[in-house]
Amino acid sequence: MLNIDLNAHVRGESIFINDIPAPVNTVYLTVFYSPEAHGRIKQIITKEAEKIPGVKGIFTAKDIPGRNQVGGIIFDEELLAEGEVNYIGQPVAVVAAVSYSIARNARDKIKIEIEKLSVIIDPREAYEAGKLIISPKVFSCGDTGSAWKDCDVIVDGKAETGSQEHIYMETQSAVAYPVENGGIRILSSTQAPTSVQRAAAEILGIPMNKVEVDVPRIGGGFGGKEDQANSWAALAALVSFKLKCPAKLVLPRNEDITVTGKRHPYTSDFKIGLNKEGKILAYEVVFYQNAGAAADLSPAILDRTLFHAANCYFIPNLKATGLCCRTNVPPNTAFRGFGGPQAMFVIEAAIYKAAEVMGIDPLVIQQKNLLKEGDQFHFGQKAINCTARNCWQSLDSGFNLKAVTNSIKEFNIANPLLKKGMAVMPVCFGISFTNTFMNQASVLVHVYSDGSIGISSAAVEMGQGINSKLRQIASKTLSVDIERLKVESSNTTRVANTSPTAASSSTDLNGKALIISCNILLDRILKSVKADLKLKENSFLELRDEQVLSNGVPTGLTWEEIIRAAFFKRVNLSAQAQYATPGIYFDQETSKGNAFSYHVYGAAIIEATLDCITGIYKIDSVKVVHDFGKSFSLQTDLGQAEGGIVQGLGWMTIEDILYDMSGKIITDSLSNYKIPDIHFVPDEMKIIPLEDSNNPSGIFNSKAIGEPPLMYGIGAFFAIENAMKAFRPGMNTILTAPLTPERVLLALYSKI
Amino acid sequence: MKKTIRFICNNEIISAEINPAISTLDFIRTELHLTGTKESCREGDCGACSILCGKLCNDIVKYRAVNSCILPIGAIAGKHIVTIEGLNQQSLTPVQQSFVKENGAQCGFCTPGFIISLTGSLFSCNEINYENLISSIDGNICRCTGYASIKRSVKSFTENYSIKITQTSDRIHKLVRYNILPEYFLSIPQRLSKLRDFDHKAHTGIPAAGCTDLSIQNKNKIERRGINLIDRESKSPHIYIENKACLISAFTTVKEICESKILNKIFPGIKNYFSMFGSTQIRNRATIGGNIINASPIGDLSIFFLPFNTILYFREGEELREVRLSELYKGYKQLDKKPTEILEIISFEIPVEEFKINFEKVSRRTYLDIACVNSAILILANQKIIKHVSISAGGVAPFPMLLKDTAKYLKGKEVCLTNLKEACVIASKEISPISDVRGSAEYKAILLKQLILSHFLKLFPDIIKAEDFVC
Repeated sequence: MLNIDLNAHVRGESIFINDIPAPVNTVYLTVFYSPEAHGRIKQIITKEAEKIPGVKGIFTAKDIPGRNQVGGIIFDEELLAEGEVNYIGQPVAVVAAVSYSIARNARDKIKIEIEKLSVIIDPREAYEAGKLIISPKVFSCGDTGSAWKDCDVIVDGKAETGSQEHIYMETQSAVAYPVENGGIRILSSTQAPTSVQRAAAEILGIPMNKVEVDVPRIGGGFGGKEDQANSWAALAALVSFKLKCPAKLVLPRNEDITVTGKRHPYTSDFKIGLNKEGKILAYEVVFYQNAGAAADLSPAILDRTLFHAANCYFIPNLKATGLCCRTNVPPNTAFRGFGGPQAMFVIEAAIYKAAEVMGIDPLVIQQKNLLKEGDQFHFGQKAINCTARNCWQSLDSGFNLKAVTNSIKEFNIANPLLKKGMAVMPVCFGISFTNTFMNQASVLVHVYSDGSIGISSAAVEMGQGINSKLRQIASKTLSVDIERLKVESSNTTRVANTSPTAASSSTDLNGKALIISCNILLDRILKSVKADLKLKENSFLELRDEQVLSNGVPTGLTWEEIIRAAFFKRVNLSAQAQYATPGIYFDQETSKGNAFSYHVYGAAIIEATLDCITGIYKIDSVKVVHDFGKSFSLQTDLGQAEGGIVQGLGWMTIEDILYDMSGKIITDSLSNYKIPDIHFVPDEMKIIPLEDSNNPSGIFNSKAIGEPPLMYGIGAFFAIENAMKAFRPGMNTILTAPLTPERVLLALYSKI
Repeated sequence: MKKTIRFICNNEIISAEINPAISTLDFIRTELHLTGTKESCREGDCGACSILCGKLCNDIVKYRAVNSCILPIGAIAGKHIVTIEGLNQQSLTPVQQSFVKENGAQCGFCTPGFIISLTGSLFSCNEINYENLISSIDGNICRCTGYASIKRSVKSFTENYSIKITQTSDRIHKLVRYNILPEYFLSIPQRLSKLRDFDHKAHTGIPAAGCTDLSIQNKNKIERRGINLIDRESKSPHIYIENKACLISAFTTVKEICESKILNKIFPGIKNYFSMFGSTQIRNRATIGGNIINASPIGDLSIFFLPFNTILYFREGEELREVRLSELYKGYKQLDKKPTEILEIISFEIPVEEFKINFEKVSRRTYLDIACVNSAILILANQKIIKHVSISAGGVAPFPMLLKDTAKYLKGKEVCLTNLKEACVIASKEISPISDVRGSAEYKAILLKQLILSHFLKLFPDIIKAEDFVC
């Protein structure tokens, strides 16, 4: 069976953190959070709470033996707030009790005195107040200043995108166990075992080798457990360390939504200049990123925003400025696309507005400016194996853009109160961590004496199918039956110094490391066979479908036989290997370099129907030509594409995170934060792999898949907007996402 | 507070001394160590905790998918509950196989809930086809797949099994024969019948029916004060006609309302209207009485029944007291109801056939969402002249309201665009929407106007034309 996880999933036998039986002496944790968005802590009173029977301990910053710090990039985030609180939901104390309900009762008895300080939730306001987390970043090419005079049309405007909550179905979870000699063992639902290990070691003031982190699998991550699993694991570790017993912390959904970071909302100013044929000559953009109260991964996310400022278009003169604004909401964090989607929305908004001013279809501008082979990105890298135009052409020939446009026109003429709209969304997404050092992975492979094989890698299985892909890669490299292969949990004592399972790159990085270690093993084993068979040095020995072939002729030896023989000959049957992506570099000073191993391209047609009386819409279809390279697991890759697209659709339409003026989130549950359900998704979702694509940098010529498809969802925004304009041709253009039914109806009918 | 509660979980009889208000999900996960049922949202909005709940009715066990997170354990006394572990057999069931074949799972956290819901619908839906099976998972949220592979899984299942299972009177035997259910299901009716001698005395505590809202909003309160689960064992029919009035028992579920032949005859659109009420799992539990007494300003059933001159009968001991639904609400969650009174019957005059009826609901997400604004209309027009009209509106006041001034204005008037526009102006003056998580006050005001227009567009297509609204 290819994807062995599916078997356990459908039987409910996959084990998540909260499913692991807790030892009887386990304490259950609940966190006391800051009720204020900004202020100075005067006093924390825990006396009443401590008296409750069953409470085993309440811990605050002063109880932390190591360094009270969980910041990943910048050390600006305390595990438990000490002096100041900076957002509602910031952990202040952790309560340990014999049950969750006792812990929660005790939490309700904790009192805090806070001297309130001014609250900022708007990034532009934060910028005005000088609250930047890092100094402004600029990526540029050409000279926009002198290019404006060559433009026939110059359009400027403001575009905004909202936040998005991950809603991984499994909430943040961790269990910590004390082990011998002051060490700790943590089971965590994290995308980044090493980050959790580092954070716990810092907090406890012990070296990393005393912290073991194990991740069996996680119930969805989407970026939300890349950095933000650290705190919960560190809190469990802290309590376990102090009380010398197992400690378990699973966030209830409403707390998870309230206190964890989300996709960054952005508000941006753009200016675009074109010649009268629609060629983009210059583009300037300023991104105000709402980073929240701490850096988290915001600077890296801002980098990717700047990398993707031009999406898949060649723009000779470009200046993109990124402002990482500190506000009093939970620290925003990684979310599928990592700042790329926010950038692409702005350039698409700019093109949309420019097309409107020029009285042409945005498709004309989009198509005219698509990257072609050898074009230079604004950060200096050249587009190699560039398929932007191939994807557009295949989309047109596969789905006939003209026919789609015409049928929509006809529909709109025939229907006065129902209007259809369509948009095309081309995407170009760079693959690699933009922080070059992170582009490494290592893998440990054990061949057991019965011929079965265990693989430990840096990657975490979170639904993306890495386990089945690693099995495929090893099976193909070793030429053994896939049933012999098992992928182990991700564990920091087996595989150290791991990069997070993120940036769409885990298959590439871990897969390449796996190929290297499999080849090391093969080499050792076949050498031993060669010696046994007394073959000549130059004879060619290989393994094919578990049979040993010598110069292409079967020797009669099988995998199991040669493994047993190798074991008795004391051949090393374990191999560890590391892979580091070659040829990538980036100069942070000049903002130039080959930041990416390669790019993923694709294009989508999105169609929507709007009920102009109620403002309710339906996404009818998403049709895509996507460059998968040569997918070696198309069913898995399609699943990633479909899931990503629907998350993108949700982000652009109904997923609306709302804070009130005090900085309190009001969409704090699944009853008021709506993500796509089965009726929301388009009836037709068709994804055609681009033909004749190739990618020497990927595994077996495949391409990374996790993030790029999410951005097709952006097309839904413009499809709905087009439907609105079909009803009200003179309507002011909205460039604020999400385009909720409320925003639609207000635009159609509000008198203001 | 504690009660002895006996039930069958999967293939095992369970007897527990427990507070009946405790969540079934917690019990099955922590006491029974059945961890295939997942906790995710804890408010019936994601379906990860779905289980089947089977109740013995005349020698047959009727199974429904429900959200175990908001199901008080007292409600499963004398019943058979089935978790994913209770469906598992040596080899995968055909429903499970179809998910494996089509990659219908990614992270796997929501998957058991989907398998449960789909299997649940195989017991109860009239015809086993793609559409019905998809409807059965309208309460299951998946964040990974975008549902595409889940749809393919359902399609693959129906292609292989729908005919085999649909065409039979004895469905459970067929489901066992096709390995969709383990064999022990056949012994359940007999085992349940022996279980029924459980503690039947009225409980003290907060009266509750489906608990789909109470378990969320007042979880701590019901656990502290106990829960008085209103007896659903009554022998009388839930929905019946008496003297030109239709009577509905308060504990009738939304699902039963949707399926009622009587109500479908009176309101041909009712199934569609209430397909937007919660989810399959919620509709299987939520009751009309609960929806009305909950007094949510946007309660779909309150809004639907308001225009029908609906009368509520409250019981306190031997006493029955009548209250008009339109007079019930006195303020936000304030009712003309004593705490000791329990809603027993909802009664409304059956409108004669010339009456036209429409119900509109708009929410951020069309399905499985709470309305921003909803509205129902009952109207009788003769030669374009409005003889009678009643319009309800939700989400625009502290409680479900009737637009009395609007109706007063429209009565005797001709159905035409001018009068309609004036009616909307009047409506806007009698409402008091507030800005909250469901939308801004301005939005709700505009939306109500649009819904009134929509009523007339749908009911008088010959008079009110779509073209009239084009800007």
